[in-house]
Amino acid sequence: MSALVEVRDLVKHFPLSRGIVFQRRMGEVRAVDGVSFDIERGETLGIVGETGCGKSTTARMVMRLLEPTAGEVRFDGQDITHLKGARLKAIRRDMQMVFQDPYSSLNPRKTIGSIIAEPFVIHRTERDKAARKRAVQELMETVGLNPEHYNRFPHEFSGGQRQRIGVARALALKPKLLIADEPVSALDVSIQAQVLNLLRDMQRQFGLTVVFIAHDLSVVRHMCDRVAVMYLGKIVEIGPGDALYGQPRHPYTGALLAAVPVPDPSRRASDRRLLSGDVPGPANPPSACRFHTRCPKAQQRCSIEEPLLAEHDSGTQVACHFPLTPLEIDEIGVRSPA
Amino acid sequence: MSDPGEPLLRVEDLRVEFPTEDGLVHAVDGITYQVRAGGTLGIVGESGSGKTVSSLTTMGLTRRQSALISGRILFEGRDLVPLSDGELRAIRGNDIAMIFQDPLSSLHPFYRVGDQLIEAVQAHNDISKARARERIVDLLGLVGIPDPGRRADDYPHEFSGGMRQRAMIAMALANDPKLLIADEPTTALDVTVQAQILGLMERLQRELGMAIVIITHDLGVVAELADDIAVMYAGRIVETTSAERLFAQPEHPYTWGLLKSIPSLTGPREEALVPIPGTPPSLIRRPSGCHFHPRCAYSQAEHTRVDPRLEQVPGEPNHHVACLLSSPERRSLWQELQQGRTPEQALSEVGLPEAQA
Repeated sequence: MSALVEVRDLVKHFPLSRGIVFQRRMGEVRAVDGVSFDIERGETLGIVGETGCGKSTTARMVMRLLEPTAGEVRFDGQDITHLKGARLKAIRRDMQMVFQDPYSSLNPRKTIGSIIAEPFVIHRTERDKAARKRAVQELMETVGLNPEHYNRFPHEFSGGQRQRIGVARALALKPKLLIADEPVSALDVSIQAQVLNLLRDMQRQFGLTVVFIAHDLSVVRHMCDRVAVMYLGKIVEIGPGDALYGQPRHPYTGALLAAVPVPDPSRRASDRRLLSGDVPGPANPPSACRFHTRCPKAQQRCSIEEPLLAEHDSGTQVACHFPLTPLEIDEIGVRSPA
Repeated sequence: MSDPGEPLLRVEDLRVEFPTEDGLVHAVDGITYQVRAGGTLGIVGESGSGKTVSSLTTMGLTRRQSALISGRILFEGRDLVPLSDGELRAIRGNDIAMIFQDPLSSLHPFYRVGDQLIEAVQAHNDISKARARERIVDLLGLVGIPDPGRRADDYPHEFSGGMRQRAMIAMALANDPKLLIADEPTTALDVTVQAQILGLMERLQRELGMAIVIITHDLGVVAELADDIAVMYAGRIVETTSAERLFAQPEHPYTWGLLKSIPSLTGPREEALVPIPGTPPSLIRRPSGCHFHPRCAYSQAEHTRVDPRLEQVPGEPNHHVACLLSSPERRSLWQELQQGRTPEQALSEVGLPEAQA
């Protein structure tokens, strides 16, 4: 059987225009600029990267919340890149999303019961009122909410509970694919773990395929089988989590891992090498390898010839002319598994 | 000059309460801590634990919100609580400076970054604008802003998030503070930029010798930076000790919960997270007895009645915990947890006398 999702050369450019009546095109933000990957059935793919790297835009194109500028998205063997109307709606049943902000993603004027029942209404399933209520209460129970709170409003729930409501709503139609976009970054540490455990249980229980987007590398490592690292609209490294975290080959992956503060004072990073500067703007990205302006290993070739994703012996695919050597991985101060 | 044994900042039994329509909010409920000159204290806690209010109060920034403040805040031996606003203003931004979480909203969008820094310098020093400008260009260079002479004329929107936080740090350093209070200084930043800012704070502390109080919810950040750590819950300090000891031998069940809630970057991947059940309590109607007991897996019947005080761990002068379990019980429980047992398993292993259902 083929992969559940196949993404090929996906591109999204947002036009930058000036003027109100006569809009002149000033350029474009290259949010996503040619990414390809597969998502196998039942796996969890993590997408990590810093602000503006295109991780959310990529997910939204897979969901077809955004129409790609170019490239192709295949879901369950079917090309969905330019689907419209009823056919798009039919596909949407099988893909659901959990959003970052549990405060703005729930309508404050609707009860929890009707929020979770919304997918049934939209897709006209469970039309019998009593059956619908039963289904909603079952879902509430599954995600650890008290089914008696069916008639309460979102403001009566805490952030963690609201995120459970979001998960229940996403699971209502038993989707094949669940996309979680920073599902825990708005939550307190003690609540984060509750929601992460819930997502993991749900995945096992329903055999879901999950795309997990986050900026927190520890959370992604915990949740994901495979991880893609994005930088300025490109995937720079992708592979099994263990290989990627244990032996990062792209200098950017290495720099990210070295930058994470580790809650262990005995392993304090005294002389880690920090990336200098900030991420350049995606409206005018550097030529060829986009990381060359900040890369400690950059050479002339990196600004002329764009590196393509290629398989490496450590098990990940890396887009780099000069991938990290094991010695360098040590030197950067990547604190890999002890 | 204060006597050399005196810590730079000593907060004693500080209480901050806000009257509201719903009742009295006990934001900070009798906390005591100290920071020695040149040292770093990390204050860790979740939203609503009182960590920010306690440091805003140190800066005198909660005064006008009809806050009821009691206790003492001794800075170089001088109590800041009874000072007049004018006297406090001479200290604030001068000897004690603060940086905030969101660097964009801390800078005025209409004024050039340089002019805002010059204002900070001139507020405490009677010097010409030209001299003040020289000073701030030096400062911007010190915090790692490239081409500081030119960038000083930029507006805040022309700076990236990391550069804005650098500019805020430069402003805080404008008058050589002895104490820098940093409230979630890296929370709004990306991880590589966060590492830069933490590295910058370390370097500045080494070079300038100031003390730092860093307030954060991120245990990784305090582990990187702090000498001592205070863990806050529901307006109280529930545990305080050295950074090494807090991570190696924590004794409060809430601290255990925090440590077991974060996925590890380096440990075995399959290790299950052990979340703390429930949610943080309301600061108006707090639980009886130990405020943590409704969420604590090891709570006993008497813990719902008796309010624990912060007490020294036997034999550890630098380790204080507010927990009604005995220290040997706590140590055995933590050992069980470290071996991957769940709280319930740990509880039955250790066999506390009257475990509460």
